[in-house]
Amino acid sequence: MTTQDGAPAHSQGHDVAHGHDDHHGDGASHGSYGSYLLGFGLSVVLTAIPFWLVMTHALPNQASGYIIMAFAAIQIVVHMILFLHMDTKSEGGWNMMAMVFTIVVLVITMSGSLWVMYNMNTNMMPMSVEAMREMP
Amino acid sequence: MSAQALPGTPTEDAGSDVFYDLDEHEHPEGYSTMLGFWMYLMSDCLIFAMLFATYGVLGHSYAGGPGPRQLFELPLVALNTAMLLFSSITYGFAMLAMNQNKVGQTQLWLFVTALFGAAFLTIELTEFASLIHEGATPQRSAFLSSFFTLVGTHGLHVTFGLVWLFTLMVQIGRKGLIPANRRRLMCLSLFWHFLDVIWIGVFTFVYLMGMLR
Repeated sequence: MTTQDGAPAHSQGHDVAHGHDDHHGDGASHGSYGSYLLGFGLSVVLTAIPFWLVMTHALPNQASGYIIMAFAAIQIVVHMILFLHMDTKSEGGWNMMAMVFTIVVLVITMSGSLWVMYNMNTNMMPMSVEAMREMP
Repeated sequence: MSAQALPGTPTEDAGSDVFYDLDEHEHPEGYSTMLGFWMYLMSDCLIFAMLFATYGVLGHSYAGGPGPRQLFELPLVALNTAMLLFSSITYGFAMLAMNQNKVGQTQLWLFVTALFGAAFLTIELTEFASLIHEGATPQRSAFLSSFFTLVGTHGLHVTFGLVWLFTLMVQIGRKGLIPANRRRLMCLSLFWHFLDVIWIGVFTFVYLMGMLR
């Protein structure tokens, strides 16, 4: 698909860009003042609320934990779209493909490590703080 | 891929079996840089994924030493977060100025970005210094080892980002906004915003979640 659709688009781009050498390919878009300010505003809100929750203990700890994790996930998506200009079209979709692959590896690494090591920890013989202090 | 692109079937380039990379040599210089740099960022992301996983595993092992509640000062972390967020948007303004071919404005916003980046590093190093002064060194516990490794690696990235930023300011001062410099600025833009994304993970999982324990 990329060979067929991509090749004509590329050569067309070269012809247009040939003289002034200002060719960015089908790379990421650039954004505008509006999109940067929107991203900044959203980030401020999405950062301020978690800090406020933790600093004032407005909610029970567990509820705060879920909320701040959700806010972090949303803020990462906001940064990806409005600051890093991620979309499905940049670099012919390969940016998105690379990111999807990275996220898959990332999820396997993180969840796998935490799961395996949690099980090993719970199955180990318990050690008291006093015993730990006397360790070399 | 459609059937007409397969070897052995008639193509525009009749007689050739090659159906890929037909115009490879026609790519202008730096054509693939942005994709390549994105690949680098994704691999960098995996480094941080491993450091986050390490912190997730070791972050509760205090070895009888101090924990997050005794060590972390959230107002300082909030200030740090603000510095990095400000530097992100000022870099965005630098990119917008670059798109409008305004060299002076680009340089100015880059300099403001560098100031915020330097403020971030100063605050972080102050925090590290006070932790070490209190005896909370990386050697103290597995929690502190993984904490210093994760946050320190991020700080090291910001440091190199700053070096890169000043290098580009000198380059732009000498040669202006030539295509090569534009490409470099776009790479650094990705790098800088990427570091802000990593910091979201750091302040959420390390500092805020740490204080909730």
